[in-house]
Amino acid sequence: MLSVPQQLQVRFHGRGGQGVVTGAELLAMASFREGHYAQAFPAFGSERAGAPVTAFCRIAPRPIRTHSPIVEPDVLIIQDVTLLHDLNLFAGLVHRGSVLINTPRSPDELGLQERIEASELRVVTVGATELALAHVGRPVPNAVLLGGFAAMEPVVSLDALLYAIAEKFPPVLAKTNCAAAVEAFRFVTAQSKEHCDAAAD
Amino acid sequence: MTERRPARFYQVGSFAAGNRLVSLAERTVQADPSRTNSITSGHRACQGCGEALGARCVLDAAMRATDGNLIVVNATGCLEVFSTPYPESSWRIPWMHSLFANAASVASGVATALEVQGREQIRVIAQAGDGGTVDIGFGALSGMFERDDDVLFVCYDNQAYMNTGVQRSAATPPAARTATTEAIGLHPGNPFGQGKDMPRLAMAHGLGYVATATVADLHDLEDKVIRAMGFRGARYLHVLVPCPLGWATEPSATIEVARRAKECGLFPVFEAERGRVTSVSWIRHLIPVEEYLRLQGRYGHLFDADGRAAQPEVLERLQALADANIAAYGLLGDRP
Amino acid sequence: MLRQIEGSRAVAEAVAACRPGVVCAYPITPQTHIVEAIGAMTKSGQLTGCRFVNVESEFAAISVAMGASAVGTRAYTATASQGLLFMLEAVYNAGGLGLPIVMTVANRAIGAPINIWNDHSDAMAARDAGWIQLFAENNQQATDLHIQAFRLAEEVSLPVMVCMDGFVLTHAVERVDVPSQDEVDTFLPPFTPRQVLDPHLPTSIGALVGPEAFEEVRYLAHARHLHALNTIERIGVEYAEVMHRPFCGLVSPYHSEDAELVVVALGSVLGAVKDVVDELRSGGAKVGVVGITAFRPFPLEALHRAVGNASQVVVIDRALSAGFGGILSSDVAMALDRRTSIATVIAGLGGRAITEHSIESVLRDALVGRLEPLRFLDLDHAKVQQELAHLENEGCSLPTPDTGLGATGLTKLVGRVGT
Repeated sequence: MLSVPQQLQVRFHGRGGQGVVTGAELLAMASFREGHYAQAFPAFGSERAGAPVTAFCRIAPRPIRTHSPIVEPDVLIIQDVTLLHDLNLFAGLVHRGSVLINTPRSPDELGLQERIEASELRVVTVGATELALAHVGRPVPNAVLLGGFAAMEPVVSLDALLYAIAEKFPPVLAKTNCAAAVEAFRFVTAQSKEHCDAAAD
Repeated sequence: MTERRPARFYQVGSFAAGNRLVSLAERTVQADPSRTNSITSGHRACQGCGEALGARCVLDAAMRATDGNLIVVNATGCLEVFSTPYPESSWRIPWMHSLFANAASVASGVATALEVQGREQIRVIAQAGDGGTVDIGFGALSGMFERDDDVLFVCYDNQAYMNTGVQRSAATPPAARTATTEAIGLHPGNPFGQGKDMPRLAMAHGLGYVATATVADLHDLEDKVIRAMGFRGARYLHVLVPCPLGWATEPSATIEVARRAKECGLFPVFEAERGRVTSVSWIRHLIPVEEYLRLQGRYGHLFDADGRAAQPEVLERLQALADANIAAYGLLGDRP
Repeated sequence: MLRQIEGSRAVAEAVAACRPGVVCAYPITPQTHIVEAIGAMTKSGQLTGCRFVNVESEFAAISVAMGASAVGTRAYTATASQGLLFMLEAVYNAGGLGLPIVMTVANRAIGAPINIWNDHSDAMAARDAGWIQLFAENNQQATDLHIQAFRLAEEVSLPVMVCMDGFVLTHAVERVDVPSQDEVDTFLPPFTPRQVLDPHLPTSIGALVGPEAFEEVRYLAHARHLHALNTIERIGVEYAEVMHRPFCGLVSPYHSEDAELVVVALGSVLGAVKDVVDELRSGGAKVGVVGITAFRPFPLEALHRAVGNASQVVVIDRALSAGFGGILSSDVAMALDRRTSIATVIAGLGGRAITEHSIESVLRDALVGRLEPLRFLDLDHAKVQQELAHLENEGCSLPTPDTGLGATGLTKLVGRVGT
């Protein structure tokens, strides 16, 4: 069982139709499976396909009492790279925070250098939509992306995530999403290893 | 199809078939001393109130048809107000009054709960005046119809909001005077071209049984109630009940007025199932609309001091409405 | 059983476990997930002995529930905001008739201007209707309160409104211990109505009561409510025992025993306030918070005791009576000694987030005597300046945002939208 030493606040960004809210729920369910307290909820705006959507997930070792929105996230999960141009996307992200972005491109290719350096951010990318298309046949990257998250942050195990996916989705969808999530997990694990090895040099 | 008894015995003047001349089996529920008397004496209705009469006849017949297994939900209005002045009640059956607009919904709730309890042998009637049916109650009624809830909805139509002082409703007929459609100005009384034909609106919902009746023909009214209680699902009964106060008629003339409404053609009496008329109560002795209108002060502006037509064009239009009904429903039967 | 579950879903399962006979509801954001879940449970057969009625309006929903209740069947409905107002006439009617209906209100602001997000104005609009009103702090409590509500309603013969913050709680997925059917059956006996429509024992319900008896009837309603204060606590104790949960009564104090400043609030904001209280306490400030769970009947005595010797009370009020001030705070004021100062912080209207940061800022102001009697939390003063200046100079107002904008106003608005 992984532990979460103090509250971890995760903010999800995406567009309507990409399963952003479900993504936050899956993370909460995986955290629950892992034995943590967790809370997931959307920011509520006009809900229509294509419009920006924000959702939140808190993970903590103790009961979570507050229901206020997450103002200073530790982690951003960005499901749609076209949102990157929005300056408010990174609002409140803590110094040395983490960002997980759904894109096949590498962090260097995203034009975020200044921001990354200024806040000492850790940025990880994974082509979750591509993986979703390959495994599931649909461009819904939420569960897949969380595979990357599990590799990135030591708070939920891949097992816990797969359990949550199986709980939430109907059997066929669960199977394919799990496969894609596993691949995302491996990809990010490999990427981090490379990064660590590179840093060690 | 309602069995039409061949009318063999007529009282002079009223054309009613007298009860003491028919066999016991064919007598009305009202003729039976052991009838429920669902709304018993002591209530505070006006002298000659058509609604009090109608309610008693309808509910006693319903109690007979259901073997006493009946619950009634009543909308706000004269009937509810004059029957339950706390701490007294005239009702001898289980009865509930909630609000003006929701009798149909409350009745739906009662019927649904009885079904859940496995006590469907207990039947439900919702009753309201015309305001609580066609105006403020319409949304709830339409919803009850649409869900086909097992409720008989009875409208006692005295064609205006009587309890609050005779104001116009969507059931008020053209040219009738009310406190909000006074007999003044260019077009005295209620305008032409407005109003809801509630029985036809009920039919448009595809109900299993829709019928109209008046307090003038007791057999017919009771038959229709009993027949209605033989169906399940949403049903509608529209009963014309003259109001001496609002119509400015003689209290003793309530039944006569109701009869003339039918006999002139302005109030068609019929039954319908699933949107189609299945039977019609023929006009026995056709009269011109004038002979109906003359009895009522609410049409007084149509006649001058000598009783001649003061607004012949209005009378013509009303006659035209009656003629249209006669044609549309075949109210003269096979007579020309 | 411990579940990571959406608040609406937990409530739906709790209500289902209470074995309602008739569930009827009209959809309105943000209550939809609750009734959809119950509808699905009924259709799938998971919930038996229950009819789910799709009605044509909220007014019909409460009325169907009333009919069912009057004939002895346990009835439930749910609504919010505009829906609660649309049925308000019937809400008063059910209150006056004492029909033990349980209704969820997923608290949402009331228009105009139309707003689908969370505040307490809907529940406040119904506070005089004769219903018991309970407010949940989190989804565990929302779940627990619904079960207690049926028991309470049927014992005291009064309808009960369980309020939970719309979206904030209804749509939050969090850890909830959802009681099992067996546990609920142990706690909640079958419904035995006090008055019932029954052909075997005919009775008239809903009489006309004149001046000679009306006051007495209303006095008795008031007395029943005051008596219910005890019943709420007693049921709370029993529930805690059966379900192995901490007791929650009329009010829930947190660090208020020795506090100099006590915050009073309803609903989900209490969680954030508790976090702030801990923060301020760690810095030495003597701050506490009292959450009110039972808003009607209003727990004057319990609140008075919980506030204790605090010299200041700050009420976080999520409903505004325009032209006067806070609504909760005027009730709270009745429970306080004269020497206790009270300040109202209007917050969270129309779903505006109440952050820990803002709460802390307000309380720090209060601790140094810099909190005015009525403050609008996080008000954008720049946005309202133009209007206020116009009022001051011209003596009349600009068209309101809801009715249209004057030339300058429109330009400004367009300008803001563009940024």
